[in-house]
Amino acid sequence: MTEDSDRAFFRAEVERLMDRLYGTALRLTRNPADAEDLVSEAVTKAWANFAQLADRQAFPKWLFRILTNTFVSDRRRARHEVTESLIDDDGEETFSLFEKLHQPFLLWWSNPEQELINKLLREDLEKALDHLAEEYRTVVVLVEINGHSYAEAAEILAIPVGTVRSRLNRARSRLQRALWKHAQVTGLLAGKRNKEHVHE
Amino acid sequence: MSKDHAEHSRMSCEEVIAHLFAYLDDEADPEKRSYIERHLEECRACFSRAEFEKSLRAKVSQLGDKEAPATLRQRVKSLLDQF
Repeated sequence: MTEDSDRAFFRAEVERLMDRLYGTALRLTRNPADAEDLVSEAVTKAWANFAQLADRQAFPKWLFRILTNTFVSDRRRARHEVTESLIDDDGEETFSLFEKLHQPFLLWWSNPEQELINKLLREDLEKALDHLAEEYRTVVVLVEINGHSYAEAAEILAIPVGTVRSRLNRARSRLQRALWKHAQVTGLLAGKRNKEHVHE
Repeated sequence: MSKDHAEHSRMSCEEVIAHLFAYLDDEADPEKRSYIERHLEECRACFSRAEFEKSLRAKVSQLGDKEAPATLRQRVKSLLDQF
């Protein structure tokens, strides 16, 4: 490839991926201005290292990896520690939204889990994800949003694969607990709150 | 265990649920994957659970797509022009 075609490819791909880059950066940083900075920094780093990318098909994953790596290194450098400590994890029970929705009184209604899925808004999920501690949020972004394997996430975060797995389990549990609370508070499962008092 | 949770020769409902996220993340080894798929074909309760988790996972995965603001597009365009 010539330098011009390299540049054209890079530009076209970055422009094509811009919404996903911003969306991912926003979920990581939780702040629009920081998300813009992160995307700009990642694009600059990607161009500086573009010659090392042998397989152009791998460009999207490679670019998202740079984005997340940049976020993780910046956070490490800035020592912006999380608001929630991992130390309090011991003994926390796994929470399953599906099991909560399958309580007998909710099964009076035909399909509570599908009803909830249909009613959950993007902003409900954004809010629940944004409330997760950084360690948890980052693995969700890497695995569920960017499609990285556990091994890739482990390498990016410099943690063992087992830690990725346990953080992901905990993240999902907390995310589902937050969505359950949200469903109770907002009455997403319409009408049920008045019929039965819902206990967690 | 409910009626739906019938006994399946290769993997129990508890085992399937324990490995469900690894399966949905495409991290289950081929043998386990095959057992889970067979179980889900036969067990309505686990199938419903898997479908729910899959739908929720799909909703979360969509959060990575958000329209980039014009300021960012302009900023990146300026960067690209310098490369």
